[in-house]
Amino acid sequence: MANYAIKQISIFLENKPGRLAEVAEAMNEAKINILAFSIAEAGDFGVVRMLVNKPDEACKKLHEKGFTVSLTRVLGIKMKDEPGGLYEIAKILGDSDVNIDYAYAYSGTSGAVFILRVSDLELAIEKITEREVELIEDTLFE
Amino acid sequence: MEYWNPRMERIPADELRDLQYKLLKTLVYKLYNFSPFYRRRLKESGVLPDDIHSLKDVSKLPFTQKTDLRDNYPDKIFCVSQSDVARYHVSSGTTGKPTVVGYTEHDLNLWTESLARSLTACGLGRGDTMQVSYGYGLFTGGLGLHYGAERIGASVLPMSTGNTERQVELMRDMKVTAISCTPSYLLHIAETGEKMGINIKDDTDLKTGILGAEPWSERMRDRIEEELGIDAYDIYGTSELSGPMFTECQEKNGAHVWGDQMLIEIIDPASGEVLENEEDGELVVTTLQKEALPLLRYRTGDLTKIYDGVCACGRTHPRMARIKGRTDDMLIIRGINVFPSQVEHVLMSIDNVGNHFQIVVDRKEMLDNMLVMVEVNENAFSDKINDLMLLKDRVGSKLRNVLNISAEVELVEPGTLPRFEGKAKRVVDRRTL
Repeated sequence: MANYAIKQISIFLENKPGRLAEVAEAMNEAKINILAFSIAEAGDFGVVRMLVNKPDEACKKLHEKGFTVSLTRVLGIKMKDEPGGLYEIAKILGDSDVNIDYAYAYSGTSGAVFILRVSDLELAIEKITEREVELIEDTLFE
Repeated sequence: MEYWNPRMERIPADELRDLQYKLLKTLVYKLYNFSPFYRRRLKESGVLPDDIHSLKDVSKLPFTQKTDLRDNYPDKIFCVSQSDVARYHVSSGTTGKPTVVGYTEHDLNLWTESLARSLTACGLGRGDTMQVSYGYGLFTGGLGLHYGAERIGASVLPMSTGNTERQVELMRDMKVTAISCTPSYLLHIAETGEKMGINIKDDTDLKTGILGAEPWSERMRDRIEEELGIDAYDIYGTSELSGPMFTECQEKNGAHVWGDQMLIEIIDPASGEVLENEEDGELVVTTLQKEALPLLRYRTGDLTKIYDGVCACGRTHPRMARIKGRTDDMLIIRGINVFPSQVEHVLMSIDNVGNHFQIVVDRKEMLDNMLVMVEVNENAFSDKINDLMLLKDRVGSKLRNVLNISAEVELVEPGTLPRFEGKAKRVVDRRTL
């Protein structure tokens, strides 16, 4: 069965010059490719979230470098490049009483991908796969 | 020259020493017979009431430490029963437990008498309006100055702290002539006044500042006097004794410590040996007349010296220099005592933060600002910003509950705060006085 729960890496970072470069440097050293990326900032600190091709390895590497890292399961949804694309997804989740904790998007090779952390991952996958919405499998990145 | 209690304030020095000796001897008898704590302490040190033959013999007596108050929380060290206590004041202890000080009616009278003499020595009296901008409540500053100023016949405006714009407005409208607050808060009031278009020097009747509860310098006094067009006097006190008690006189050359109430000594903080006049050391105070919580040789932790010679004002009581610093790591933030150990105690009670922390103290717009940097606990790291914000708020509100002042909280990455071998230096104080 396809696994739609994608491993996302989250890193706690102080909001100061050079910290992000150190994350990127660690990824470069480990020859890890970053596929999607976002920064959420909250004053003096922020959380960097990214999808990479080798999440377990990336996590280990960052941990060794002293970063505060966690692995979180998120959803990747292929967006239809047409009016109502976002509405469709948001409505499915809203109707199922699934909350979106946060979201960001990236432009994949075959169209935009919407990445979401939701309050109920299992339920979200179940409801989304019932419809004609394409979810990204975690193997896609490896 | 006005005196509140001319006979006592100008008592010849040898008569004062004689009075102090009699009061000390009475105190030691009383403590030995009525205080289980001091009876034990005196027995342990091998000094009995009959061993006190002169004032100098005070140096044979055992010290009392702040930890003694904490260990006897809340009132096990009191010498009177609850029915004789007229008021309590509570200040922060070094760790979780606060320090409780009780006052009988007689104790409150002594305190007010002390301030009546001191405020009179600053040239204040009937006809003055004093704005009391120290905190009212468990903190001693507000109520102490309030009753002192009332006693000398001044009109009192009990402002307490905060609502600075209102402080400025009422200062002008009520023709306030004197204010008591921390020196940094007075500068903040002046700055706020400027923003409102009210210049303290030109637009108000303020002439006198009774300033203390935090360390300040001659440089800061010059600045306040010049910018605000007032006379600024230093006031000293410590919550374990009776809050604010002693001020300088108009000579501005040391605070007059009323010797009929308090016997002061300066000791070498390391050896405990008594030092001579003009030598810097730790201030040690024996309360000569207090009833509820008399203290024998209480180590204040404040570094100062006793001046030689008699003051030109004619008052014969010992004069004490400005406080130069502390023997411990106690911080004074907006007039409130803060021990790094209290912060540590709070952080240890919260699961999702580490035990390493750093306190950065700064002055923003003349007001003290305390920043507590704490490491997030790696295992508890959630990638949801909201969880982190809640954690930050929780640390902030717990600190506020324990310290009685607000602190800014910054979450930092684990392992980034300095580690120490031996004594940790957890405080960075960037304030310039």
